[in-house]
Amino acid sequence: MTPLRRWFAATLLLMLPVCTAAQTPSEDAFAALVGALPDASFAEVETLVGRMAATGDPRARAVLEALGAGALHRLKSNDAVVIVRNVAGDDHAVDALTGDSYGAIPRRGSTAIRVNNSLRRAVSAAVGIVTLRDPDPATRLGAARAAFRAPDPAQSDALAAARRAEQDPRVREALSEALARATLQDDTASVDDRLSAIGVIAARGDGTALGVLTPLVQAADPQIAAAAGTAVDRIERSRARWAMAQNVWFGLSLGSVLLLAAIGLAITFGVMGVINMAHGELVMLGAYTTFFVQNIIRTSFPGLFDWSLLIAAPLAFLVAGAVGVAIERGCVRFLYGRPLETLLATWGVSLILQQSVRSVFGPNNREVGNPSWMSGALEIGQMTVTYNRLWILVFALAVFAVLLVVMRRTPIGLQMRAVTQNRAMAANMGIRTGWVDAMTFGLGAGIAGLAGVALSQIDNVSPNLGQSYIVDSFMVVVFGGAGNLWGTLAGAFSIGIANKFLEPYAGAVLAKIVVLVAIILFIQKRPRGLFAVKGRAVDA
Amino acid sequence: MAEAQWGPHMTSFRTLLAGAGLASTLMASTALAQSGEPIKVGVLHSLSGTMAISETTLKDAMLMLVEEQNKKGGVLGRPLEAVVVDPASDWPLFAEKARELIEGEGVDVVFGCWTSVSRKSVLPVFEELNSLLFYPVQYEGEESQRNVFYTGAAPNQQAIPAVDYLMEQESVERWVLAGTDYVYPRTTNKILEAYLIDKGVAPEDIMINYTPFGHSDWQTIVSDIKTFGSAGKKTAVVSTINGDANVPFYKELGNQGIAATDIPVVAFSVGEEELAGLDTAPLVGHLAAWNYFMSVDTPENDVFINAWLDFIGDDDRVTNDPMEAHYIGFNMWVQAVEKAGTTDVDAVIDGIVGVTVPNLTGGMSEMLPNHHITKPVLVGEIQDDGQFSVVWETEGLVPGDAWSDFLPESAPLIADWTDPINCGNFNTVTESCGGVTN
Repeated sequence: MTPLRRWFAATLLLMLPVCTAAQTPSEDAFAALVGALPDASFAEVETLVGRMAATGDPRARAVLEALGAGALHRLKSNDAVVIVRNVAGDDHAVDALTGDSYGAIPRRGSTAIRVNNSLRRAVSAAVGIVTLRDPDPATRLGAARAAFRAPDPAQSDALAAARRAEQDPRVREALSEALARATLQDDTASVDDRLSAIGVIAARGDGTALGVLTPLVQAADPQIAAAAGTAVDRIERSRARWAMAQNVWFGLSLGSVLLLAAIGLAITFGVMGVINMAHGELVMLGAYTTFFVQNIIRTSFPGLFDWSLLIAAPLAFLVAGAVGVAIERGCVRFLYGRPLETLLATWGVSLILQQSVRSVFGPNNREVGNPSWMSGALEIGQMTVTYNRLWILVFALAVFAVLLVVMRRTPIGLQMRAVTQNRAMAANMGIRTGWVDAMTFGLGAGIAGLAGVALSQIDNVSPNLGQSYIVDSFMVVVFGGAGNLWGTLAGAFSIGIANKFLEPYAGAVLAKIVVLVAIILFIQKRPRGLFAVKGRAVDA
Repeated sequence: MAEAQWGPHMTSFRTLLAGAGLASTLMASTALAQSGEPIKVGVLHSLSGTMAISETTLKDAMLMLVEEQNKKGGVLGRPLEAVVVDPASDWPLFAEKARELIEGEGVDVVFGCWTSVSRKSVLPVFEELNSLLFYPVQYEGEESQRNVFYTGAAPNQQAIPAVDYLMEQESVERWVLAGTDYVYPRTTNKILEAYLIDKGVAPEDIMINYTPFGHSDWQTIVSDIKTFGSAGKKTAVVSTINGDANVPFYKELGNQGIAATDIPVVAFSVGEEELAGLDTAPLVGHLAAWNYFMSVDTPENDVFINAWLDFIGDDDRVTNDPMEAHYIGFNMWVQAVEKAGTTDVDAVIDGIVGVTVPNLTGGMSEMLPNHHITKPVLVGEIQDDGQFSVVWETEGLVPGDAWSDFLPESAPLIADWTDPINCGNFNTVTESCGGVTN
């Protein structure tokens, strides 16, 4: 800050209380505070935010929330402070003080009042103070949590008063925690108050509690240091116990991604024996189908957004399946029994698919949004389970189950197994082997498309999406045992869990290498993988 | 910056694309009324393979700059002609294509490369054939070559100021240095670690983590970062994670509930282009350090953005830092050629040092004797519209430093391509050229 600006800030801050005192209607003081925002530095805005909350002005909440969201702008035309909202692609401005509408404003017609992280914390704390007595319990809970994140001993009285008046047990608990944290920050608080505050925080038992309590272990007062030390030890012990469960979950989740990517290949490579290098690109097509569906939903039926994945799934199956049938009819069927040529031809197909997608959709990542039910995380004890990965696990197991039923219990499944086990005999029994080949390949490809729908939720949707999964997919199928669906399941989950248990010790790069080497050694010992298919058909 | 394990080889497509690019630029330049033989400008950016995601935009930016210059009457009264080739994200192919441009097409200057490994692969070609390369991407430094002009940021123009910002403005005391496992993150993190320890950060307050290319399962690492950050000290993540792996990384951060107000992430490889594939609402407040942001409000930038949107014909496209680097580099080359009165390589190399052109953030960038340029350093926070809002910038421009002062082996080295030193790795202690081999 330049000396001049510093001087200006100091004068401004000194003058404001005078203004408030002189002009009894508080709205003028509020207007002055809002008017001072655009030219203030970050530190000055932080002070102004506190003052705005303290005015108790009914407009404070909207202005503060807009400021925190970066939606508070200054109009270039008349320097008015406005709240900008995006309505159907256009920026619409509303005066922050009077509520008058300026209608749509041109691009770059206004300058946003800048916020940084520390200011954002201050704003959320200020909004918290304004909304502590809001009628909606969810808003009050948010307010209490904001107060916890930005502890301020000066707010202790307000928090204590709010807690006394609070009826909702969850909000009460959050308020107690906020109050306890503010007490710990307060140098004038008594040792007893601080000890009970440590107790309240320790009861949370999570990483945040650890973050608050760890610095207190070095506190000057031996009683406080001892209490904090005990609490920290207890939390860390329970974290260590939960770490095991967390690792298993991470492993299952990685395994479910591997399973999804590999399960289509378990049909085309595992059952049919076709080395399909374009498998990854079929996954990519599924992801782009999701993007396409979401795009239509965004522009035409925004209300259906939460259903977008369920709508995309069957379409992705059909698109990828149709491309799969085309690949089989147009290329692979001429090359049965010639693995090397198949490998090269399908690799060529994969490059053609990649570059076509690049030409049509562009080389950049495409945004596929998470529906609301796939965002966020579930806290189980000390474990974090993210919803998107939970649903992907469920989806992977569901796809696996359906596929198992199709292969074991339906006529088409029976024909698929018959043709792959003994083509000549199946043909003699009147099965159209060519048609069955196309359907089998299409089924594998369609399932790859389904995988694409799920993977679009955790990875980037770009033309390169498939490349990153092709090696892993082959690894899973070969390790699990070609031709056996259960092998693919077991292979995917054991690779996932092994990887996740190695990662904390070896690092992500080394863990991958160790797993790969282990699989190579395993294949040396058991060339047919975990669950080998036995019988004469194998050697045919 | 970013590199990948493999690149596809697809000769037919590559030639097709290169041919199409060539044909369209030929048509564009014949339509204009300049006289004389055209001056050929080579564009060496991947249009297929893993790096196409970043480099295709730079090819388009170059075509736009050439077109704009031709509207202004070309250079030395002669029209410019862009020659586009596609090295297909295949590092050895970069060297082949560079040779094809210089020997086969006879270009006078080349703008290109993104990854450090592609730059290293073409260095010997430019030295042998004595041509010019303008390299527009931020990189790890520790290099200065006579035929190459580095218009992207050196570590002291990006990484060090960003860390200073976190230390001073956010009072960060604990650091996670997370990167993709290759030369740029490893060198940058080596420099940063030395710098942090120099600033009094305890070694146990620094966690360094590397991940493979295209890493998509960030669960363990994000949860480790969360644990590392719960020690009661303000923690920040300095990310040198490469383009493709960033989307799953940020998605996992958002889902595990790590907000920027708790543990901010400052990235050196995430710009407007990378954010285009992301819903940025959960990421508001995470940071990036660059020398340019699309949101910078200057008249020069407005003109550039409007020209870009008109040229590309899509209002949703964004501009980014390497595009500005090409804008600066191209204008420096034009000015040096006009000054020298010839496109002769030696004359341009001699003439370009000291050339000053406006950058897009309101300053004047200068080409320094070490073939790096002066740039402002900006720290921006991600907004929910996928843009950055500048929260901090250096006072004045920072001169690019080829050899880091924080690594013992490179501290005594300087680069100076003017007489009497004329050396890319001059050791100021022994006063001789050839400090280290690179």
